[in-house]
Amino acid sequence: MLASTVVVERARDFPLLTFLIVLPFVGAIATMLTPKHRPEWAKAVAFLVSATTLGMSLWMLAAFDKATHGYQFDVSHNWIGNLGVRFSLGIDGISLFMVVLTAVLFPIGLLASVNEPKFKEFATWMLMLQASVVGVFAALDLVVFFIFFELVLVPMYFLIAGWGHGNRAYAATKFFLYTMAGSAFLFVGILTVAYLYTKSGHALTFDVGNITEWISTDGAISTRTARLLFLAFAVSFAVKVPLFPLHTWLPDAHTEAPTAGSVVLAGVLLKMGTYGFLRFAIPMFPAAAHYFAPVLLTLSVVGIVYGAIVATMQPDLKRLIAYSSVAHLGFVVMGTFALTTPAILGGLFTMLSHGLTTGALFLLVGMLYDRRHTRLIADFGGLWKSIPVLSALFLVATFASIGLPGFSGFVGEFMSLLGTYVTRPWWAVVATSGVILAAVYLLWAFQRSFTGEPTGENVGLRDISLRELVCVGPLLGLSLFLGFYPQPVLDRMKVTVEDFMGHLENSTGYIEPESPNPEPVDVHNDSPNEEAASH
Amino acid sequence: MTLGSVDLHPWFLENAWLIPLIPAVSFVAILAFGKRLGAKAAWIGIGSVGAVWLLALGNVFQWIQRVNGFRATESEHGAPEGHLEAVSAFGRSVMRPFSEASHHEVAFVEPITRSMSWWSNGGMSLDVGIRIDGLAVMMLFVVTTISLLVHYYSTEYMKDDRRFTHYYAALSLFTASMLVLVVADNTVQLLVGWELVGLCSFLLIGHWWEDKPNSSAALKAFLTTRTGDIGLLCGVAMTYFVVERATGTGSFNIGAVNEAAMSLGHEGLAKSLLFWCAAGLLLGIIGKSGQFPLHTWLPDAMAGPTPVSALIHAATMVVAGVYLGARMFPVFFQGFDIAGGGVNLMAAVGGITVIIGAGLAFVQRDIKKVLAYSTISQLGYMVMALGVGAWSAAIFHLFTHAFFKANLFLGAGSVSHSGAHHSFDMVDDMGGLRKYMPKTFATFMIGTAALSGFPLLAGFFSKDEILATAGHNGFEFFMYLGFIGGGMTAAYMTRCVWLTFFGEYRGRKHAAHGHDEHSHDDNGHTEPHESTFPILMPLYVLSFMSVFAGILFAPMLKDTIGSSIFSKFPEWVEPGGDGSLFVSFIHPEFSWKDPLLATLFAAVGFGLSYLFFWKKAFMQDATQKNKALRQGKTFLENKYYLDHLYTDIIVGSVKGPIARGAYWVNQNIIDAVLRLTGGGVRKVGQFTYDVLDQKAVDGVPNGLAAITGAAGGSTRNVQTGRLQEYALLILSGTVVLGGMVAALVWAS
Repeated sequence: MLASTVVVERARDFPLLTFLIVLPFVGAIATMLTPKHRPEWAKAVAFLVSATTLGMSLWMLAAFDKATHGYQFDVSHNWIGNLGVRFSLGIDGISLFMVVLTAVLFPIGLLASVNEPKFKEFATWMLMLQASVVGVFAALDLVVFFIFFELVLVPMYFLIAGWGHGNRAYAATKFFLYTMAGSAFLFVGILTVAYLYTKSGHALTFDVGNITEWISTDGAISTRTARLLFLAFAVSFAVKVPLFPLHTWLPDAHTEAPTAGSVVLAGVLLKMGTYGFLRFAIPMFPAAAHYFAPVLLTLSVVGIVYGAIVATMQPDLKRLIAYSSVAHLGFVVMGTFALTTPAILGGLFTMLSHGLTTGALFLLVGMLYDRRHTRLIADFGGLWKSIPVLSALFLVATFASIGLPGFSGFVGEFMSLLGTYVTRPWWAVVATSGVILAAVYLLWAFQRSFTGEPTGENVGLRDISLRELVCVGPLLGLSLFLGFYPQPVLDRMKVTVEDFMGHLENSTGYIEPESPNPEPVDVHNDSPNEEAASH
Repeated sequence: MTLGSVDLHPWFLENAWLIPLIPAVSFVAILAFGKRLGAKAAWIGIGSVGAVWLLALGNVFQWIQRVNGFRATESEHGAPEGHLEAVSAFGRSVMRPFSEASHHEVAFVEPITRSMSWWSNGGMSLDVGIRIDGLAVMMLFVVTTISLLVHYYSTEYMKDDRRFTHYYAALSLFTASMLVLVVADNTVQLLVGWELVGLCSFLLIGHWWEDKPNSSAALKAFLTTRTGDIGLLCGVAMTYFVVERATGTGSFNIGAVNEAAMSLGHEGLAKSLLFWCAAGLLLGIIGKSGQFPLHTWLPDAMAGPTPVSALIHAATMVVAGVYLGARMFPVFFQGFDIAGGGVNLMAAVGGITVIIGAGLAFVQRDIKKVLAYSTISQLGYMVMALGVGAWSAAIFHLFTHAFFKANLFLGAGSVSHSGAHHSFDMVDDMGGLRKYMPKTFATFMIGTAALSGFPLLAGFFSKDEILATAGHNGFEFFMYLGFIGGGMTAAYMTRCVWLTFFGEYRGRKHAAHGHDEHSHDDNGHTEPHESTFPILMPLYVLSFMSVFAGILFAPMLKDTIGSSIFSKFPEWVEPGGDGSLFVSFIHPEFSWKDPLLATLFAAVGFGLSYLFFWKKAFMQDATQKNKALRQGKTFLENKYYLDHLYTDIIVGSVKGPIARGAYWVNQNIIDAVLRLTGGGVRKVGQFTYDVLDQKAVDGVPNGLAAITGAAGGSTRNVQTGRLQEYALLILSGTVVLGGMVAALVWAS
């Protein structure tokens, strides 16, 4: 009791978030400065730094108070005074697990990459990437957010271009340009909002809270402006997610990226998009978000089905998993734009769960690549016999990704579907088919790669090593744990999501159908069921 | 509540949560220690299932006590005594909820429910819990009994298997998952168990995954049942809203859903909600319980080890659908308006399945496939029974079928293991086996007789009750369908027995290896011989049950002999009550017409088959001579072409043209649009480049390239020339951005 209070108090006093960003940056520089002829120093520094950030993020997780409204561990420093830019950070239930997931995935990514050539440079970019990603999830100032949002691209670009596979230059450039183009819209949106804010007589600021509050006052901006601004934000985030049809950069980037790059790309970088919706686009322009929700829901549901169908025909295992990300992230966006508490919680949970399961799948494909120097499903076969443990883990990861009950994927997807069903039953029904399609492409790929008798080069491979087990084990273990016991995570998300919904209701008059209501809510009011009923 | 003679806290019932937990622990234990223990690992599984079986027995006894206590208390409180006579009252109208004939009621026996929160969010709470009532207790008994017998049988059948411990681990996991499903007190937990048994089915069908047909069969089973799960997921989601509509607060609790369904009535929107909910759940049943048109996975599932076929694909997992239908019966009852008579979706699906399953059983060479199609057909009876309101008969058939079909499957396993060099081909590798394996033959004959509806055996009573109730409830069409199905059953089983046990032995007596599915070779198995005790013992137990299980629900015997034992099954299992919590049932008065007709149909089926196969009395080369018959046989042999439709046309097109088309669109339209846009922007950039100061611009990409070289080293493939263009792009983009900001501001 006392010990835990001390933990919490100390965490409050300690600028944890600043450290979570600054430490990896410093670590990156330190790693870069280690002498070339002492490669073990680079390893030591990199692992020390990323292990420390992991420890600090777990400390933060322990000290996070699930009952507190608003941001925790918040810091705010004056940064660019005359532009009103403040270095303000803070986390709440929406960002907490993204920060923790980042801190979990990066050490694993580094551990999976110890055999990469030029590990020193690799680790430098990884640590820079980690710092930037945490910055994205913690920033409460639009300019700070934007800077980190853009900063993420640089190390990722170099990771793909420097350590990627065959077509890496194309993939890296496509990734960079695509998301840059998206960011342009975000930049426009931010500048415009800030300009309109000052025009209404306020001092210039980029603080999310102030601007959101101002927009939600009546008549601050016109409906049309709000919609245009929402679109500007939405396009940028949709590219990042990626939402159909803006997803084509993703398979290329994933396929060509090194293993650790794919893990963090799928694990946390994609979530910057869905996080952006939840943190900025929807709270700032709730009415517009509600107005455009059907469009985004449709695109996300199309993405779920489309991603799954395209995944079935991919000959490349890594590309297949990349397309499965399109489908999974579709669930997140669907849950988000269903605009109900369970659906948003489901979406958030899926964000976490997808990071674990897809991260594990990418790690395992990386291990297969290390052994066979190919990722083509046709080249594999009978691997279960030659590398039984690795194969069994792949099967576990497959079922985790499919969303079998007992794994975290089920909790997230079921909640998204259920919450979506409240407001948009027909979208939910179509999305349900995505749950089944996921089983089609993943298990079919599993059958072709792992069952049967091994032939040729698939015979006599080395089974999983301890280091590899340490990489993939925690991810699958966490997925299993959260599948059985999701409550601790949901508890820490709940207050924030309820406040989020409350804000939506206050500022738009939109009533969440699931809110406590003495009258039974007619969920089928706008559904075609009425036609069936009249028969 | 004051119930004098009722134990309010019966230990076994309240602690039924232990029942799924023990095999789950066993699963972990076998995974952890199985390799070291080797063949002894089986005993972890057997021990745990044995313990669970004892717990299930405890549940059975305490439940019976509870029923007796409740009903005795009720009669003290003035309800009519001798309710069994009341139950036999006649009249379809009483099936309606809130029936006017409420004075005929039998007390509602409170189920034992316990639950705790699994997770909750945004006002929706998901629980784990137990709901122990007659139906659940009956199912606990069936699942644990068959599972225990199969565990023991497998010690011999799977001896020296290459993945012996995996096999037992999967069996334990299956047992645990199935029991999670059985005791579930809410629809989400039911769904969880449902998915997990599907996983185990996948693992066990594909147990010998070295051979592609096995892993393909596993995949097919998993994906086909999952197709049904689309409906199940939607249906389960809708159960929440069913309760919400009725009470204002949603819930997944099975009791609440049933009560809500009963109270909602069938008018307007409520009717439509219930209809869609029932339809969704029915789709799940169709997938899991091998109903037309998603039955095609079940025969392929025979690729798994035979004990698995007996346990999972005959006695327990495949009846999960029927169990769901019985559990949530009020939803179907109201959604499909079963009390209204006529044709409803559920009865129609079941009825079709009865006939198409039986038809396909005629043309199989593989003994297990005969039994698989027979299972499909019998599951059709159960679903049809639910569809015609014969709830008690449906689950009674589930009960008896579990025993005689497990008996037949394990018998087929015995035949193959000891008599046919691990082949299941009746035409090439069997025949005349009754001389070599008399004990297996005897038990197989009992199973066959029970399945075919031989008078006084288990299948006779259960099937008869379905058909009698169907006729009584106004579903005469389905009743006759059932009679015809019964005749077909007798006929195909006669063929099966003839091919397997009679005539001359056609197998290779000195074959070193059959079409074996096994790792262990059969050295010394030169002659067909009788199986050993671990295989025979389960057959004896199941044969006993195949003979006597039927007497628990035998109106014919009750009518003639009059003992109350003959109506114990419905008494123990039916919830009773006034129709507000669950449908209350009325059983038809016994009439000799039904058993006589059923026996007649079965006798005709047997007789024709006997004459055809034994006596070669008629039409031996009919398929050669008659084109229509030949085509009919081809049609059957191709399984109504459903596999072609699914595999080649639907799946093939999704995997092939549709996926390729989508990918083509992806690469050539979606991506190309962006490439073209990019190209266009680049041209604008080039123009800007020409008019801007080149040197200032040049510094950017060069600097970037320098960093690249220093840090990445291996990034030389990135052409610096391209980087220049991109930097330009960014620059020209800035101009565009400025314009956009201006436009947005102007627009406000």
